[in-house]
Amino acid sequence: MEFRTLIIIMMSAALVNNFVLIQFLGICPFLGVSKQLKSATGMSIAVIFVMLLATAVTWPITIFLLQPNGIGFLQTIVFVLTIAALVQLVEITLKRFMPALYSVLGVYLPLMATNCAILAVVLLNINNEHSFVESLVNSLGAGLGFLLAMVIFSGIQEHLENADPPACMRGLPIALFSVAILSLAFFGFTGVVENLFG
Amino acid sequence: MSKLSIFMKGIIKENPVLVFALGICPALAVSSQAVNAVGMGLATTFVLLCTNTVISLLRKVIPDKVRIPCYIVLTAAFVTITQLIVKAYVHPLYLALGIFLPLITVNCIIMARAEIFAKKNRLFDSVIDALGMGLGFTLALLAIASIREIFGNGTWFGIELPVLAEHNISIFMLAPGGFIAFGILVAIANKVSNGRAAKLKESGCARCPAATACGKGGAA
Repeated sequence: MEFRTLIIIMMSAALVNNFVLIQFLGICPFLGVSKQLKSATGMSIAVIFVMLLATAVTWPITIFLLQPNGIGFLQTIVFVLTIAALVQLVEITLKRFMPALYSVLGVYLPLMATNCAILAVVLLNINNEHSFVESLVNSLGAGLGFLLAMVIFSGIQEHLENADPPACMRGLPIALFSVAILSLAFFGFTGVVENLFG
Repeated sequence: MSKLSIFMKGIIKENPVLVFALGICPALAVSSQAVNAVGMGLATTFVLLCTNTVISLLRKVIPDKVRIPCYIVLTAAFVTITQLIVKAYVHPLYLALGIFLPLITVNCIIMARAEIFAKKNRLFDSVIDALGMGLGFTLALLAIASIREIFGNGTWFGIELPVLAEHNISIFMLAPGGFIAFGILVAIANKVSNGRAAKLKESGCARCPAATACGKGGAA
């Protein structure tokens, strides 16, 4: 029973409520860093990594520190600062102890502090009153959804490079129309998760 | 630069959304209704006005090395104030904007204006810059929302329009419609400016003025 709820939460976050394509979160990196498959996966792995860490840190802060003291309204400031500090710490730690991992994720980490997908996922976890495990699963699902969208779109981007649209459509507009079609495809997942696991 | 040209450049020549492609996430997410779009635009303008003012005043006090964390804290503080004001006085808007109200904190427009303009200009100029950019953001949001609401729902600001109300293209109210409406507007902006706008936002994070703020100039 418990396990089934977790699967539903994860699948909804990854597919039905895909962060990029359905909820419009984290579109800047989605459009900017998806030119090549390699950078797309690197960025997505960094997102998943930071999302999980940020959730693991901000959930206890909210439940044990902010809410009992009645200062829940400070959560925006606290979360932003926590995420910024966390990203710095992770960067320093990886550089020192795991140079191999750092060479993959290093360039993407500074971008995380101002990534709206990260802040959104920790805020949503609190707003939806998820438990600690549910929060982690939700973050993992959101991150995997981001990875999926990035990988698919990097494939599309490579074909867009060779396309020859009218001059005014080149660049951002044609990319946006492609995203629209991809987003439409993801609407097909609506209802699937509930029917499969509900 | 004259005061008027500082004000006008945010609205047309350097429109944050249509030319620089900044702050796309809120621009798409709250633009299914014109009322919400204007509310979001005004909330962002207020935050931008406050941050630009304070950063411009403190530009000789904030040490260069820790300026980004300073900007982030300032923005988060003003966003919290805005959040409380909206919650108290415009509650329906608070519910409609939902998570995108706290997310103004990570709106790249605010960081970009602080980094590009407020940290090296006088108070009065920074205030005008914030007003121009905020208005440009609001108008761009209103344009996207108008397309989506008129064609998707047959209404504008909740007023029912003849003919269109019976012939909805409901995809415009869904997520794909947001991308399509925004794509059309950017294409028009490109056409009108003869491709100058397209050049500004070429390739990855380099196009984003916040790239220097992010750290290493981006990954792409």
